[in-house]
Amino acid sequence: MQQNNSPTTPIVSLRDVQKSFGSLKVLDGVSFAVERGEVLAIIGRSGSGKSTALRCIDRFEEVDSGEIVVCGHRVDLPDVDLRALRQDVGIVFQSYNLFPHLTIEQNITLALCSVKRMAAAQAKELAQKVLAQVGLEEKLHAYPEQLSGGQQQRAAIARSLAMQPKVMLFDEVTSALDPELTAEVLKVIEALAADGMTMVMVTHEMGFAKSIADRIVFMHRGKVHETGPASMLAAPKTPELTQFVGTGNLKS
Amino acid sequence: MGGHLNINHLLFLGHGALWTLGLSLIALIGGGIAGFAIALARISPLKSVRIVSATYVQLIQGTPLLVILFLGYFGLAAIGLRVSPLIAAGVSLTLYVAAYLGEIWRGSIQSVPKPQWEAAEGLALSRTQRMTKVILPQAIRIATPPTVGFMVQIVKNTSLASVVGFVELMRSGQIVNNSLFEPFAIYAIIAVVYFAMCYPLSLFSQRLERRMGRGRINLGPA
Repeated sequence: MQQNNSPTTPIVSLRDVQKSFGSLKVLDGVSFAVERGEVLAIIGRSGSGKSTALRCIDRFEEVDSGEIVVCGHRVDLPDVDLRALRQDVGIVFQSYNLFPHLTIEQNITLALCSVKRMAAAQAKELAQKVLAQVGLEEKLHAYPEQLSGGQQQRAAIARSLAMQPKVMLFDEVTSALDPELTAEVLKVIEALAADGMTMVMVTHEMGFAKSIADRIVFMHRGKVHETGPASMLAAPKTPELTQFVGTGNLKS
Repeated sequence: MGGHLNINHLLFLGHGALWTLGLSLIALIGGGIAGFAIALARISPLKSVRIVSATYVQLIQGTPLLVILFLGYFGLAAIGLRVSPLIAAGVSLTLYVAAYLGEIWRGSIQSVPKPQWEAAEGLALSRTQRMTKVILPQAIRIATPPTVGFMVQIVKNTSLASVVGFVELMRSGQIVNNSLFEPFAIYAIIAVVYFAMCYPLSLFSQRLERRMGRGRINLGPA
């Protein structure tokens, strides 16, 4: 299509990606691209394939066919350098997945020291910096279980952020949180967006998607059903999106 | 024969008790090292390694320890390989313990939630780093109570080594009884000594389990 005309190559691009779990087709020809500094929100019903699409970007799922390029890595090829890919891509999960046996500081410095080979003092300094960024500077020496869900998720974001990824993936990061804690996590993500971080997020927070995303991908039955700027949520073209938006709590 | 239980008999029993502890230690250390290798082999990315290790575990778990001991001592001798009772008992118990500890530890490693692996992968840690820095520290906490519990079984099962002529606590009791013929008194002493060795381990295991049961897989600052 228009791949060579654009002056910047996208940070993430999926082209005609197919993926089945057994006989169930979860991704049926999915294509989208994310430019540098862009925030893309993937929305859709449970089972629409949105989380799978996101996980394919970081190769937590292998695709059956199609092309995925992330920061120059051909993710769809079997010989992709996974460790190089994952240094370029940060991922934050719904269930936080902090390491329970390590303090928040150790959670952050672990990969800095053992993957990036950073000196301990430097890693600790960086840990402090990213924790301040998510408003948790006083939790440096706490264990994950001593933190609320919202704090744990912010710490997980800080851990990912410390690796200085080129793109960050958020997989329903507020789905396990009550509204108050959701708000504090969304605030952190908003600040990241304002800083120009490239982000792809799967979310159920329609209001948030609308306010923060540059572009929205609405997935339905394993396909990109409708895509466009955030304003498309106010004027859906397809009946499926109309219905989806109608059932969601669309705040402005 | 005849005579009464005297200090020499008790010293002899004490000597046997020491060998029970010694054999337990040999089984635990040897079986621990081999068991760790088996636990890792059971979750290896290589299918052939998984099959071989699973077969080993099934074979050992489906064979009475007594039979393994007989095979190790009389069986090897029959094909011209004479081994001392200590070596036969040590090797047999090591093989036995390795299969069970391997399974306990494999289960512990696998009960660390899968998202922990994914989070570690997402941070670009290598497989070895994921294992040593993220998974094993959590698995060890899960594995400790059942491992200590299994140690009780090891201590008691060393008594079977008496059948290949290894003079541990049980065998020394038999020998003393052969000269005194006071089975009730002597085997009561033996029972008490075994109990004294096992009960502290049982208590320790229970305490560990209670501590885990309070919902703190994370035991906090080490």
